[in-house]
Amino acid sequence: MSSNQNILVKLNRAGFSLNNKWLVKGVSLQVEKGKIVTLIGPNGSGKSTTAKIALGIYKKIDGSVEKYTSKVVYVPQKISIDWTLPLRVNDFMVLTESISNELIDEALSLTGVIHLKDKNLGDLSGGEFQRVLLARAISKKPELLVLDEPVQGVDFTGEIALYELIKKISDELNCGILLISHDLHTVMSATDHVVCLNGHVCCSGSPMDVAKNNEYKALFGEQASQILSRYEHRHDHIHTSEGEIKKN
Amino acid sequence: MLDDFFIRALIAGIGVAIVTGPLGCFVVWRRLSYFGDTLAHSALLGVTLAYSMEFNIAFSVFIISSLIALTLIQLQKRTNLPGDALLGLLAHSSLAIGLVVIGFLSFIRFDIMGLLFGDILAVTVDDLLIIWIGGALILLVLKLIWKPLFASTVNYELAEAEGLNPDRAKAVFTILMAAIIAISIKMVGLLLITGMLIIPAAMARNISSSPQKMVMYSIIGGLLSVILGLFSSLEFNTASGPSIIAASLLLFILSLLNIKQSIKLKN
Repeated sequence: MSSNQNILVKLNRAGFSLNNKWLVKGVSLQVEKGKIVTLIGPNGSGKSTTAKIALGIYKKIDGSVEKYTSKVVYVPQKISIDWTLPLRVNDFMVLTESISNELIDEALSLTGVIHLKDKNLGDLSGGEFQRVLLARAISKKPELLVLDEPVQGVDFTGEIALYELIKKISDELNCGILLISHDLHTVMSATDHVVCLNGHVCCSGSPMDVAKNNEYKALFGEQASQILSRYEHRHDHIHTSEGEIKKN
Repeated sequence: MLDDFFIRALIAGIGVAIVTGPLGCFVVWRRLSYFGDTLAHSALLGVTLAYSMEFNIAFSVFIISSLIALTLIQLQKRTNLPGDALLGLLAHSSLAIGLVVIGFLSFIRFDIMGLLFGDILAVTVDDLLIIWIGGALILLVLKLIWKPLFASTVNYELAEAEGLNPDRAKAVFTILMAAIIAISIKMVGLLLITGMLIIPAAMARNISSSPQKMVMYSIIGGLLSVILGLFSSLEFNTASGPSIIAASLLLFILSLLNIKQSIKLKN
């Protein structure tokens, strides 16, 4: 672990409940400059919730969040733009901060969507939208970048290129990245630290450590530990609505 | 020149249209038309209180509408009733209380039609000052909260995550809504204020490709509606509010024709 000055955000046994049901509980993790931390876990395991706790979107939380930067960019899982709002890609790029035209063009070129600059956001395909979201993130030059399934809907070759781009952003800007991903291939190859969630932290550590971990194997199946992208989710325990865990 | 009631009405209407243009866009974007209606209904209570206590109408309406807006926010936190039911509850109960209070004020001669539908004869030089100074303040505040308000209109979580404080912007915007209703009540009347907010903005959406353009066209649409409406009001001796709204409807229909043509051109 590096010195404390590098920490951008730190969760201490953080949890969030909605209507008396815990979405996620007891999560401790930290994101440091230049490091990529990845959250993995089955659907409904609290990955997005954890990201939103780290971002400060959820305020009534259990535990605590310490944030040491204000240069934060968030790439949410999904954004739907209402038809009543005529919003072009160009307008979206400067949504939360004014950015120079050169930076916008550069970022849009990097993610391969410069030709869509004057298009209406509502007319984009899912994959094109993800590329615009990533371009916006790059152009803002964040210190902390939170990516929730950033390449969903992107075609296969594009997916690899975009993950390489994310790795490059992390290196060049020396920013910390909190990444949510389903793709275990990428998780294993580009990540510094993996947190495996299932309503709580199942296990965490370096990708190799996690891959060898028994709980991880139980959660994702034996094959996943050989770093395969196809995985099955076998539960070895039941979650009660109070957030307790019972072994089968 | 200001001695002429028509010139006064025109100046007042132009002032109102410049402010309802941008606010109306946010009403359409954020789906607040029923919220605007609720505030406007509650304005009647504000007007009656102003009469009974010999208070300035715009100020009294502003206070009552703001209170109703704050009550709504509190109710939303405390009950699980859906938003539209809460809005209906507040709109009709405040309208009812306003009408009951009017019943008690039998010693005051009330032009209820003027109140509901606007009355250009009633616009005084004081009203002009309130509209133009109040309107300028509304626009200034809107400009200050524009970024967080607009960003959270696109996506609340994005704005919150990137430190723009959307909750504060929303609260301020609510107050601005109360303020625009307060300054425009004499011109348009309380039943039609929401129309003045929505119809020019809806017309603008049909012909705009960016948010800035939509705001601009919405202002232009509002201005044209006011000018057209007021002249026809003078010509046909009709109430000012309905005439202005009818004119804006005409513009809206024209904007639909524009869409059909551009679709035809594409094919």
